Amino acid sequence: MHPAISVIFFTVTSGAGFGFLALIGLGVPMPESGVGAFFASLIAGGLAVAGLISSTFHLGHPERAWRAFSQWRSSWLSREGVCAVFTLVLFAFYALNWVFFDNRIGWLGLIMAIGALATVFTTAMIYTQMKTVPVWNNVLTPVCYMLFALTCGILLAGSFGYWEAAVVSLPFFALVSIVAAWGAKLMWWQSGETLSSRGSDAGTATGLGSIGKVKLLEKPHSGENYLTKEMVHQVGRKHASKLRMIALLLGAGLPIVVCLIMLIAGANGFLFAVAALAMIAGLFVERWLFFAEAEHAVSLYY
Amino acid sequence: MTSLPTETTGKKLGLVIDLDTCVGCHACVVNCKEWNTGGYGAPLSDLDAYGAEPVGSWLNRIHTFEVTPEDAPASIVHFPKSCLHCDDAPCVTVCPTGASYKRAEDGIVLVDEDMCIGCGLCAWSCPYGAREMDPVENVMKKCTLCVDRIYNDNLPQEDQIPACVRTCPAEARHFGDLGDPESDISKLVAERGGMDLMPEMGTKPVNKYLPPRPKTHSTVEPEAPKAKALDAKGFLGWLDKTLEAL
Repeated sequence: MHPAISVIFFTVTSGAGFGFLALIGLGVPMPESGVGAFFASLIAGGLAVAGLISSTFHLGHPERAWRAFSQWRSSWLSREGVCAVFTLVLFAFYALNWVFFDNRIGWLGLIMAIGALATVFTTAMIYTQMKTVPVWNNVLTPVCYMLFALTCGILLAGSFGYWEAAVVSLPFFALVSIVAAWGAKLMWWQSGETLSSRGSDAGTATGLGSIGKVKLLEKPHSGENYLTKEMVHQVGRKHASKLRMIALLLGAGLPIVVCLIMLIAGANGFLFAVAALAMIAGLFVERWLFFAEAEHAVSLYY
Repeated sequence: MTSLPTETTGKKLGLVIDLDTCVGCHACVVNCKEWNTGGYGAPLSDLDAYGAEPVGSWLNRIHTFEVTPEDAPASIVHFPKSCLHCDDAPCVTVCPTGASYKRAEDGIVLVDEDMCIGCGLCAWSCPYGAREMDPVENVMKKCTLCVDRIYNDNLPQEDQIPACVRTCPAEARHFGDLGDPESDISKLVAERGGMDLMPEMGTKPVNKYLPPRPKTHSTVEPEAPKAKALDAKGFLGWLDKTLEAL
């Protein structure tokens, strides 16, 4: 699949933003009010909104994006839009009360957290539902997306330096979350289903497999087309193993080392921020591969 | 609504494509583009049409495959591919706006282009590559089964069929109601063992493909004709011998 920058940016940043929103809603220790609360809200809301705005850049008609809220009964993309807007509206009320009135409304936070996690889940389901892309069509896809979002949320929350008040050690909590998220991703990479493992090949695509071995002799047109550009993208696969290492080093290795240092030397807001940035950078690479490595059924015709 | 219709008339309009007779002339492709660039919805645009890298939206494309049986020489199969108007069309249910829909009355899958936001998700969900984003209008284009021909009483009766079917010089394309087992087209499918493409994707395509008829294979190896020995008589014979002797 074509790794569109707008969609990669969207899934990573809005994942991190909604993960942070969920943590805030669940009552993770944060600045009590004022400037600190304002900046925390700005980062959480900003990441989530920046991601959503970026996602409209890959639309042919962004001015009609409002129509996407209508089909929540059947479409995961529509459900995602509804969940995202619902959560952000709740967050606006929550943040106002927090920043100006020193009041984090518990029940509102809880609904907001559920909404934020539902948003990340629906994002993941857009990809998970695709039978045409077997590697995405996996129960672990939403697990990875949600664990990555929560991990980013924990690291971002830690950056605000109110970890003393936490019931559990935040560096330890972060460490467990990082390991769980990348563990799920490693399992996802391991289980990587392919078109052939699902029984699809040029033979089933053309129905001619019962006669003999099927091979494309001539493409329908001499040039590229929308389908080959969008779905038969292959450039990314060339350096896949190197890119996986980079994703793991940035997204898992560095944050784990930082968390271990904090477990020994004590929590530190700056170190949390370093871990959060490394994690997000690693996720950009991971998400690029998520698209670039995915093979689509249409490739069987080309 | 982008849910699939729950109550239908049972009518399933679609195409049957005969892979035995298709000669790969691309006439259906050209006539499809010609009709649909002026018919339903936005024109089918091309970019850089006369340049080095032309691209454009097409609703029908012909691939050519080489099929090699284990015990026979390879044969060539031309393979026209367009929307299969699936019964369980994933392109309809993924649509976030309701632009992509399947008609209850005849099963045709269409895009309401005024509602399409051009997200491309329907094209991702289609295993057959039946949908293409128009590079100028930025809305999703797909085969309409020439909905603006088949019900168009202003056209002569013989033209009230999809443009691709009307133009096919080999009569490799057939149009009709695949929901009616007594229709000519359904009988053709039954008789020739019509098949679904990628049934494992669970899309339940309406369009069917007729497989190439079994080839007859000679048991005798074909021999190349042997060169005949030159056997000239008369003056030419004398000339040949004389020149040979020189």
